[in-house]
Amino acid sequence: MARGIKDKVAILGMGCSKFGERWDSGAEELMLEAYKECIADAGIDAKQINAAWFSTAIDEVHVGKSGIPLSTTLRLPNIPVTHVENMCASGTEAFRGACYAVASGAADFALALGVEKLKDTGYGGLPGGRGAPLQQLWNANGTAPGNFAQLATAYMTAHGVSADDLKKAIGHVSWKSHQNGAKNPKAHLQKAVDMETILKAPMIASPLGLFDCCGVSDGAAAAIVTTPEIAKSLGKSNIVSVKALQLSVSNGSESGHNSWDGSYFHTTRIASKKAYEEAGIKNPRNEVSMFEVHDCFSVTELVTMEDLHISETGKGWKDVLDGFYDADGKIPCQIDGGLKCFGHPIGASGLRMLYEMYLQFQGRAGARQLKDPRIGMTHNLGGAPRENVSSVAIVGRFE
Amino acid sequence: MVGIVAYGAYVPRLRLSRQAVYDANKWFAAGLRGLAKGERSMANWDEDSITMAVEASRDCLTSHKAEDVRNLYFASTTHPFKDRQNAGVIGTALNIEQNLLASDVGGSQKAGTSALIAGLNASKNGGGPALVAAADKRLTRVASANELNYGDGAAALLCGTENVIAKLVGHHSVSMDFVDHFRGDESDFDYNWEERWIRDEGYSKIVPPAIKAALAACKLKGADISHFIMPSLMPAVPKQMAKMCGVGEGAVRDLLGANLGDTGCAHALVMLVDALETAKEGDKIMVVAFGQGVDVLVLEVTAENARLPKRKGLSGWMKRRKEETNYMKFLAFNEMLPIDKGMRAEFDKKTALSILWRKRDMIYGLVGGKCRVCGTVQFPRTPVCVNPNCHAIDSQDPYNMAGLEANVMSFTADSLTYSPDPPAYYGMITFPEGGRFMADFTDSDKEQVKVGAKMRMTFRIRDNDQIRGGFKRYFWKAAPV
Repeated sequence: MARGIKDKVAILGMGCSKFGERWDSGAEELMLEAYKECIADAGIDAKQINAAWFSTAIDEVHVGKSGIPLSTTLRLPNIPVTHVENMCASGTEAFRGACYAVASGAADFALALGVEKLKDTGYGGLPGGRGAPLQQLWNANGTAPGNFAQLATAYMTAHGVSADDLKKAIGHVSWKSHQNGAKNPKAHLQKAVDMETILKAPMIASPLGLFDCCGVSDGAAAAIVTTPEIAKSLGKSNIVSVKALQLSVSNGSESGHNSWDGSYFHTTRIASKKAYEEAGIKNPRNEVSMFEVHDCFSVTELVTMEDLHISETGKGWKDVLDGFYDADGKIPCQIDGGLKCFGHPIGASGLRMLYEMYLQFQGRAGARQLKDPRIGMTHNLGGAPRENVSSVAIVGRFE
Repeated sequence: MVGIVAYGAYVPRLRLSRQAVYDANKWFAAGLRGLAKGERSMANWDEDSITMAVEASRDCLTSHKAEDVRNLYFASTTHPFKDRQNAGVIGTALNIEQNLLASDVGGSQKAGTSALIAGLNASKNGGGPALVAAADKRLTRVASANELNYGDGAAALLCGTENVIAKLVGHHSVSMDFVDHFRGDESDFDYNWEERWIRDEGYSKIVPPAIKAALAACKLKGADISHFIMPSLMPAVPKQMAKMCGVGEGAVRDLLGANLGDTGCAHALVMLVDALETAKEGDKIMVVAFGQGVDVLVLEVTAENARLPKRKGLSGWMKRRKEETNYMKFLAFNEMLPIDKGMRAEFDKKTALSILWRKRDMIYGLVGGKCRVCGTVQFPRTPVCVNPNCHAIDSQDPYNMAGLEANVMSFTADSLTYSPDPPAYYGMITFPEGGRFMADFTDSDKEQVKVGAKMRMTFRIRDNDQIRGGFKRYFWKAAPV
């Protein structure tokens, strides 16, 4: 294991736009909304930023390619801007780029900004298409709900969980996010929903119903990072530092080799294990105060909590039903509403999760403030259960 | 001795209730009432004459090796491509390219028999085994008699000189431009002339002399014929022709109209497969096909027929059946209903032909790879072995997976994605030999698709690029066994 970047990078400032169906805004306005909050929070001048990382996932429906859209929108002083795309992990990837630049000494101040403007397509759901030209010739005519629905099928099969039990557990996942989202003024969906409505919702891709799927939102989020020393020299207290950043990418074994049973995320198990090592965390179930994980679908969150080594494999559904991850549970998960309710503007999502952690550690989370959180983990999963990128970040108080 | 050495057939799973068609259209065409009984075969939205011919050919080749085929004839009046060899697509799907002469035969309801005669003659002259496939999926006007009378289906016959199950006794053809119906370049539909004229001036004057000439050439009498096969949209006509030629009434084969329908230029061969399934040694089969002239073939069944390894055949595919009473679905599947497909149906389906060429064994042949180092079977074949404990480079030999059964590992019924027949069923299928991929399912119902269900691979249309004039994208889908 490499030495890692634990406590080498501090978050100096963050910003996040209101998420939702932002008919009033293009990607440029959303970027600026997040950036204005971020730079004001950081308390530095734009000219001090040495380099920037810019994340989007489906830029073909909004800003297009390259670092130019960020540079021109913010009128950055001709600094390096790198455009990153790694599906739903894109936001965390922008953050990783910025952190590595600071940790290496290449930059004193680095900006990570992610945006997604999805609601200009004319139809609901994620913009479609079937990928690369060869993939179009043979990949199943699938959608994200259909791919993740199969995680549910395989999970039930692997662990002998009945369809009723699983439906209730994943229903609880969504119920919890709606409860939490109702307390978040920036969330896309701010309405609590009762269990009956969730369980009776129309089927999207069996067994996933409407409330098992996160919506499609517009939004942007940003972070400015520096070293803890510089942050202190700027008079910052309550410093939040980066403990670990890990990414694991499928190499085709799940999709092409019969050793995987479809019931778990191979990559998430690897990325989280490495992250705990990098952060020096021995017993995550006792040491981590909060999670923001990739609940693109309710079942994704349930299974992810096992693959992050918090719930026992095959037992996560029981923890969920026991309220272990509720706002008043042992480890709150998605206290900001998660992808389900805060929203999922893909390129911004990883940064949005970090934004919530940052607010919580600084005691600025308003009505949803947790009591004395110290360590938090974010998780993004891009792709499908059979082939994906899984990114994990651990952040916490700099002590 | 040249003759037929193997046979196969294919019938789509759906059977459209003729009563349902009539009920929808009787307000306009009450006269069709007499035809409103039984059912006709109905291709799924992802089937066309190529896919049906591939299935019939696979059925036929149950007992024989595809790579031995030297001539491939594909008879149809509904070839999906006007210029692009349709038979070549079938050849690629069967993984035969080298030493293969592939030809499309069309333009007439006797295209199937003409292809069979060509196949038999090619084999007779030392040309090696010839595969003759015939399939039709004809569009019909709403509320027409053809809509009720036609069916979709395919047959395939392998011609050769070894282990002949039905030897060629003789054949005779006449060609004359008698236009009983036509389908012009500018129409999707047949245009038919009056039946009484077709019967009196066409069949009655053209067919009997041809049959008599064939019998004379074979040194046979009409009474010698045990199976008289003659497709016709007028059920009385074959009996009338048989009688005029001294063929016994009991020899006239059923037209399969009750629950299949007339499968166009494939129908004479479909009926021949039907006959061969139960024919006994020494039976003499006469096949007559009418269409701007007439083809007559006489075959004699040998002892080998009883030894031919079992296959689905026509009876097997007929048994796989699902009644369809939704006439609207029939229209939509045939692109005859301007249904609101939604924006998700608008995604561009342009095919990179250069990629298709490089990957044709993968896409059309479902050929994967088998690692020489660790033995892992995988799909697709890639430069680095997928086995996490191997990862050998450039280590894979081609491995044909089309004939393998697979199991459903996980699946879903997706209502979000665009499918002509929602919800779209798809899932991860695994092959016991090794290998897996996320596959579209077809011919699937809620009751059949389960974790662990056994699936067979079937060659289907996955997309139709209508922007570019209807380029069909074919690939393999999984269907319940």
